[in-house]
Amino acid sequence: MKIHKYDTVIVGAGGAGMRAAIESTKRSRTAVLTKLYPTRSHTGAAQGGMAAALANVEEDNWEWHTFDTVKGGDYLVDQDAAEILAKEAIDSVLDLEKMGLPFNRTPNGTIDQRRFGGHSRNHGEAPVRRSCYAADRTGHMILQTLYQNCVKEGVEFFNEFYVLDQLITEVDGVKKSAGVVAYELATGEIHIFRAKSVIYASGGCGKFFKVSSNAHTLTGDGQAAVYRRGLPLEDMEFFQFHPTGIWRMGILLTEGARGEGGILRNKDGERFMEKYAPVMKDLASRDVVSRSIYTEIREGRGCGPEGDHVFLDLTHLPPEQLDAKLPDITEFARTYLGIEPYTDPIPIQPTAHYAMGGIPTNVEGEVLLDNTTVVPGLYAAGEVACVSVHGANRLGTNSLLDINVFGRRAGISAADYAAKTEFVEIPEDPAALVVDQVERLRSSEGTERVTEIRKELQETMDANVMVFRTEQTIKTAVEKIGELRARYRNVSVQDKGKRFNTDLLEAIELGNLLDLAEVMAVSALARKESRGGHYREDFPNRDDVNFMRHTMAYREVGDDGAESVRLDYKPVVQTRYQPMERKY
Amino acid sequence: MSTETLEKTEGGAQSAEGASPYITATFRIRRFNPEISADAIWEDFQIEIDPKERVLDALHKIKWELDGTLTFRRSCAHGICGSDAMRINGRNRLACKTLIKDINPEKPITVEAIKGLTVLKDLVVDMEPFFQAYRDVMPFLVTTGNEPTRERLQSAEDRERFDDTTKCILCAACTSSCPVFWNDGQYFGPAAIVNAHRFIFDSRDEAGEQRLEILNDKDGVWRCRTTFNCTDACPRGIEVTKAIQEVKRALITRRY
Repeated sequence: MKIHKYDTVIVGAGGAGMRAAIESTKRSRTAVLTKLYPTRSHTGAAQGGMAAALANVEEDNWEWHTFDTVKGGDYLVDQDAAEILAKEAIDSVLDLEKMGLPFNRTPNGTIDQRRFGGHSRNHGEAPVRRSCYAADRTGHMILQTLYQNCVKEGVEFFNEFYVLDQLITEVDGVKKSAGVVAYELATGEIHIFRAKSVIYASGGCGKFFKVSSNAHTLTGDGQAAVYRRGLPLEDMEFFQFHPTGIWRMGILLTEGARGEGGILRNKDGERFMEKYAPVMKDLASRDVVSRSIYTEIREGRGCGPEGDHVFLDLTHLPPEQLDAKLPDITEFARTYLGIEPYTDPIPIQPTAHYAMGGIPTNVEGEVLLDNTTVVPGLYAAGEVACVSVHGANRLGTNSLLDINVFGRRAGISAADYAAKTEFVEIPEDPAALVVDQVERLRSSEGTERVTEIRKELQETMDANVMVFRTEQTIKTAVEKIGELRARYRNVSVQDKGKRFNTDLLEAIELGNLLDLAEVMAVSALARKESRGGHYREDFPNRDDVNFMRHTMAYREVGDDGAESVRLDYKPVVQTRYQPMERKY
Repeated sequence: MSTETLEKTEGGAQSAEGASPYITATFRIRRFNPEISADAIWEDFQIEIDPKERVLDALHKIKWELDGTLTFRRSCAHGICGSDAMRINGRNRLACKTLIKDINPEKPITVEAIKGLTVLKDLVVDMEPFFQAYRDVMPFLVTTGNEPTRERLQSAEDRERFDDTTKCILCAACTSSCPVFWNDGQYFGPAAIVNAHRFIFDSRDEAGEQRLEILNDKDGVWRCRTTFNCTDACPRGIEVTKAIQEVKRALITRRY
């Protein structure tokens, strides 16, 4: 076992982690631990753009952006955080441009902007051009640009190091972060990283769904690590289903396709979004569009022999526009479906896309122990975190923004904290939990297989806690997840080696997914209302009297060792905007 | 997405048309695990699979149902993250962007690690020399003087000049398809040159001369023998050889 010592340790090297690293490396000795090579992170799969009220092509301002974010999140957004997001968006985009990001340009040479779902002029009057973009590979360009700047700043990476545990030490009655425990994939060796500050930036957990836009590796590792140490997870019942995933595969087709003029059609060729969102139409917020698609499918207006999808129609757009603005997604249609988007509509269905919930933080990125107390030395940013700027439903282009604004903030806060504090002692036998977990899995002769449990988990999540939920379906999911968690204890792997044991890695990832799926389902069961991405058919209306509050889920371990999820709630921060009925 | 899932749903759609989509395909995979043996071997796996699925789906099916020790890198599964470049039927491709029907499943499909980088286990290679070459070409924007208050201006034409080389996902398919790189690991390789090109031809950048000097080295662009393997291998459709030629031309004319 190796012990390392750094001022700041960052877990994850996607957009948030690398944006944080660029700041913290300038201010403190920093290590970035990442289970993938940095440029493999799923930030690179983001397509459409990054929102900022630059007003380069039409009138816009950060207050309109704040309002759209709050409304888009169905008023569960913490409004102080949303205001920071929208205000700092402008500098965030300009910073990236100065770092070298090749944005598309206007004829004047400024950064070009396009329309995106839920972003409007003057509080919902009409769609506004707010998304700054680089063709349909904005996430790719952000990831590359941040990595390039990490190279420039000499950021120290530990590639293919998988963080499995968070170390917490109690000092004078205060729980403080002491570091992390990591598993080195290449060798199977366990490493202790002592650090004054730890930042989680390890991304989402969308692989507990079957049809998902998420990478295989998005398994909620950061959320699970802190949750197992008794820290809460916020608003995990809110998961976004992106309206346009490739049918059955779930591969993302950007909302920018609709921003460029693409139209959703049912089997009769009808532009059905006009019925559900008369003003914003196809550019209504994602929760609204995904529900509308499933309503069409359920009412028999879906396409194909099984009526299980609808079409994204780009055929009326000039081929030159598709080539210039949407080259990647049109190529996906050709590669994976054998469809030519110039002439044929693309079959799509909603795809599990983004966790609005996560590790609760304040606006400085500090992780919360309860509703108000921070854990000194512990930070989180990006999809793994919940600030909460996305509330019950995130607007498109606000996640590339989130990782930059709050990644930067967490990087600065963490490094500043490290500069003024001493190392905390690490607990005795710090790797005990990880050694036990790894050795148990490696030596187990159990009869259960990772593949089978993962498949059953994904199927039950798709069937029961997707776009439409009821008490009955959620209870079915809770029960099934409980059964799978029990079976997981009897899981074994075939690869018993130390070198690049991805068989073992997948088993560990499945354990994380099971923990988080349980939190999600239990949180969803208790929220007896419909808000944003959480839609209960048995409670179809928003209930601000009883549920204008964040869910805080804690892991409880009983005297008999039995685990359960305990729910608590946290008030929503409201500043400028009173909740109103949400129409698009 | 799990392979089994795809099977079931695809099967459903196809059965409506009356024909089973499944075929039996043989995957002949180059295995190497120094924990077990110093020698690499070929191992055959037969699986039932829909030919419209990806080679990555087939590898998952083998790993998840037949042999958990089969080791490869992958993440996004749709050609964006660059994890799963491998040599499939003798040609470098991304496993997640290659459909089985497009590589003649009637014969055994060979899958092996990309060449020119040390194999660590099965299809996993040591990427460090590849990333070192990338870091050596100063792959970041360099500017001097005061920063403007707003964004730097760039015309759409100037932006277009280096558009092609911004698509690179650092998968190493090009570099590990290059015969010069196979024989001389010191050669920067196509991917590093592509990333130098991306900055040399960016109108905002001011370090073009320095990068050109780096690539004027004996292991720089002049090693390129324009075999076009790199262009053929690029899963992003980048005209890699053309980019290398443009860098060579810039070295001669010092205009870019």
